[in-house]
Amino acid sequence: MREINVSEVVKTVSRLCVDANYNLGADMVRALDMALAIEESPTGKDCIEQLKENAAIATRDQVPICQDTGLAVIFVELGQDIRIVGGNLDEAINEGVRQGYLEGYLRKSACHPFTRANTGDNTPAIIHYRLVDGDALKITVAPKGGGSENMSKVVMLKPADGVAGIKEQVVEWVRQAGGNPCPPTIVGVGIGGNFERSAMLAKEALLREVGSLNPDPELQSLEDELLEAVNNLGVGPQGLGGRVTSFAVHVKMLPCHIASLPLAINIQCHAARHKEAIL
Amino acid sequence: MSDPIRLIPPLSDEVVASLRSGDRVLITGTIYTGRDAAHKRLVDLLDKGEELPIPLQGEIIYFVGPTPAKPGNAIGSAGPTTSYRMDSYSPRLLAEGLKGMIGKGGRSLEVRAAIKEYHGIYFAATGGAGALLAQRIKKAEVVAYEDLGPEAIRRIEVEDFPVVVINDIHGNDLYEQGVIPYKK
Repeated sequence: MREINVSEVVKTVSRLCVDANYNLGADMVRALDMALAIEESPTGKDCIEQLKENAAIATRDQVPICQDTGLAVIFVELGQDIRIVGGNLDEAINEGVRQGYLEGYLRKSACHPFTRANTGDNTPAIIHYRLVDGDALKITVAPKGGGSENMSKVVMLKPADGVAGIKEQVVEWVRQAGGNPCPPTIVGVGIGGNFERSAMLAKEALLREVGSLNPDPELQSLEDELLEAVNNLGVGPQGLGGRVTSFAVHVKMLPCHIASLPLAINIQCHAARHKEAIL
Repeated sequence: MSDPIRLIPPLSDEVVASLRSGDRVLITGTIYTGRDAAHKRLVDLLDKGEELPIPLQGEIIYFVGPTPAKPGNAIGSAGPTTSYRMDSYSPRLLAEGLKGMIGKGGRSLEVRAAIKEYHGIYFAATGGAGALLAQRIKKAEVVAYEDLGPEAIRRIEVEDFPVVVINDIHGNDLYEQGVIPYKK
């Protein structure tokens, strides 16, 4: 059985926290270029230009793309043939977050829900584990800002609402969110499962590369239709009016209970930060 | 697009009255930062009739919680945070003499009414452009609530800080009006 020492996990998580916050992914850089080509509004074009320049500055100066360096959301795919040695995996991940946020000059945004007292080190991280085949450990760090996360919801639709009901909910929700989540956005949609699984699906949908196709052709056509509808809202960059409200709509779906049609919407701003490593 | 308007705070009623929704503005001078927790503390002080740690008369508050400054930099990344969370506090501060607010996203009807009543102005900066906007901040100093960390109140010196007027004293709202020509 392959052994992985927790010290490797600490180092990796720390590095990924910093990397994700400084360096915008290539897919998002391409998405900004495409948005600039499509956008008609002068104000909208100006916003997208600013976001492009911002990403270039962040990479050049090695500073955070956005001041909201997020709660550290960590996806772990743990090969079932691995033994973690030297300590506790959960603690190692949190230690990695602690070190990354301190050494990378990232903002600590975790606080007590009532007193709002800052925990001081951006822990606890939000950690999602999945047990998989093999002897590899895959860690994805996806810092998530509060502004776009606040524009999220789970709604338990009736089966009779069907696809039409889903479309109506998504489009209306993007309209209501307006400029709050810093559009252009990526809209993560989770359909099915149950209450909590739908939320996970919506979040996982955000990790897919922007510009990639949905493996399910039926969902791809739903994504196309939803993207056209949200962009027809006219919300535009920063909500100031324009053609590009969203770069992409990503849908994930699972079977659900015969009585239910769970729908979750998780919105992501252009700082769609996620970096991964395989140990 | 027309040339941007240049503003130096503190702002007078006359200057505020001349601004229109959609105007592009470059701010140079001293402004203050404050977000959720700082706003609560300011309003709590007003409720108790105590003195505030910062002047409000004619001033601008920027809704921002920056990242820690790297050595050699004045400030870390510093883009606007979403403004609606300050909606329950802003009318009170406007009544006390605050003139300008910089954030992102729409404001409540109460805030928009207070902007008209007290001659205030609401600007938006580009959300998500924290690294870019930080370059327009030349100095930063914590002046209150250091215990709040990123949420502490900072006095900052800005140079050509780019914003756009969203809500003016005439009741205009750029989020509502800007969308109309692009809606299909």
